[in-house]
Amino acid sequence: MKQYFLSPRIKVNRLVLLGLTLLAFMVFPFQSYAQLRVEVSGIGATQLPITISAFKGEEQSPHKISQIIAADLQRSGVFRLVDVSVSGNTVDEGTRPDLQRIRAGGAESLVAGSASRLADGRFDVRARLWDTVKGIDLGAQSIVASHSDLRFAAHRVSDWLYEKLTGEKGVASTRIAYVTKAMNNGSPKYNLWVADADGESAHSALASSEPIISPAWSPSGLSLAYVSFESRKPVVYIHDIAAGKRRVVANFNGSNSAPAWSPDGQNLVVTLSQAGGSQIFSIPSVGGEPKILTKSSSIDTEATYAPDGRTLFFVSDRSGSPQIYRLNLQSGAVERISFSGNYNVSPAVSPDGKKLAFINRTGGAFKLMLQDLVTGSVTSLTDTGADESPSFSANSKQIIYATQILSAGRWQEALMMTTLDGRVKSKLTTPAGDIREPHWGGYQGATLK
Amino acid sequence: MGSSSQRAVKTIDLSAVKPDMVENTVYFDFDSFIVKPQFQSLLEAQAKRLKANKAVKIYLSGHTDELGGREYNLALGQKRAEAVKRSLTILGIPESQMEAVSFGKEKPAIPGTTEAAGEKNRRVEISNRD
Repeated sequence: MKQYFLSPRIKVNRLVLLGLTLLAFMVFPFQSYAQLRVEVSGIGATQLPITISAFKGEEQSPHKISQIIAADLQRSGVFRLVDVSVSGNTVDEGTRPDLQRIRAGGAESLVAGSASRLADGRFDVRARLWDTVKGIDLGAQSIVASHSDLRFAAHRVSDWLYEKLTGEKGVASTRIAYVTKAMNNGSPKYNLWVADADGESAHSALASSEPIISPAWSPSGLSLAYVSFESRKPVVYIHDIAAGKRRVVANFNGSNSAPAWSPDGQNLVVTLSQAGGSQIFSIPSVGGEPKILTKSSSIDTEATYAPDGRTLFFVSDRSGSPQIYRLNLQSGAVERISFSGNYNVSPAVSPDGKKLAFINRTGGAFKLMLQDLVTGSVTSLTDTGADESPSFSANSKQIIYATQILSAGRWQEALMMTTLDGRVKSKLTTPAGDIREPHWGGYQGATLK
Repeated sequence: MGSSSQRAVKTIDLSAVKPDMVENTVYFDFDSFIVKPQFQSLLEAQAKRLKANKAVKIYLSGHTDELGGREYNLALGQKRAEAVKRSLTILGIPESQMEAVSFGKEKPAIPGTTEAAGEKNRRVEISNRD
């Protein structure tokens, strides 16, 4: 992945800066890694007990495959890891294990496998899943991966296991984007990161001395839209992560912000002030003229598409304070969606279209809420009071958000992943400084209809 | 042959009136987007220098305190910047000389969520565009 680095000390006129940005050819050959610390807490409502034995050969391979898989399944909140010692490293995908003994240890499923190095330097990762209750083999996976793709191979095994045992797609092999802010000799340094869903393999896509906010994954999982303040005003970019190339998609008069992709990837909705105030526009993702979608004398912002592409959820303070509304793109009809209290912002719709996550402010506390879009019932998911920026995992089963937690007497910014019942949470922190603005990406290469 | 008045050259000296020689920050009350009367003389001084140097263009950068969602606060900061822009328009400055933008809560003057910090963070800064 290629990284951009922007220095504030270079005084260029805005047009030149815009030109350079449009050319997008400044590619620096270094990459930055930042280790995220992940802590999982809580007990899920239903937990499938599973044993994952050490993969044969993983001691000699760059990553302990069984541990990556175990962590993936634990973070999902749906599994309980059962440690049953299996003698030595002799059990692999080809051995028939002592299923009764594993069952007696409390596990209903067993995963056994191997990771071996091939002659060309790549790795052959194999895994077999056993049902210890029925005493049967549920199938096997075999993935050949390069050194740099080894973790990804483990995550794909995790997703295969998750789907085999729950019937739903897993998200271990998806990616997250987020922003960090560190102080560097009194000057702030912002980075936009792309990492695996377990917080590992973090690579910086953009380094800047000015803020970066609102990253939004394209449906393809290959690009990020975001807002950068490097030009001394908010401008929306689309950034091809692998190529390290980006272009300006919205730099109209005034502020440009809050990008969100249409499900087919063809359009972005953005908030522009070019018409005065803050209004929502649609713009082709390849660039072009914006088309206004909301016209009010109030603030309209934070638009996000429902998965069928036919409606937009957005924030408006047309009632006097910010609430969440839904706009029918065909008819133009607007209906109000949020009714709890007088401040509701940052809507996020689950990919299955059934749930809405948002932030409610009551009594000075900003809290993540979950609304059932069919019944309208609203539940609170956290015990923190500074929640921001929720987004759903691709399987609609979890939400990632930013918050602040009290750590050693000081408030620390953290990312959190939570199951929809709020019971199992994974906390992601960085020692380097503040972390915020997460967005959970989808399955790479997929385009939704 | 032109007359001597047609061959006169009148200098525009962009460095003559530096932006920091004129006060450049308008502060706002909590939950408010109204430019208070106490800032009228500041705006008049800004209008004067901008009329004297019509080639100078400015940013009006709106800011909020650190509480609240980032994008909604961006829109609130925008509202403040546009309020100052309206005040300067009334004082005769053309729209083309001004661009109202927002930083929302991203660049507080004083970090934190105390009322003392909020007072200094709810503001519009007037600065020259390069």
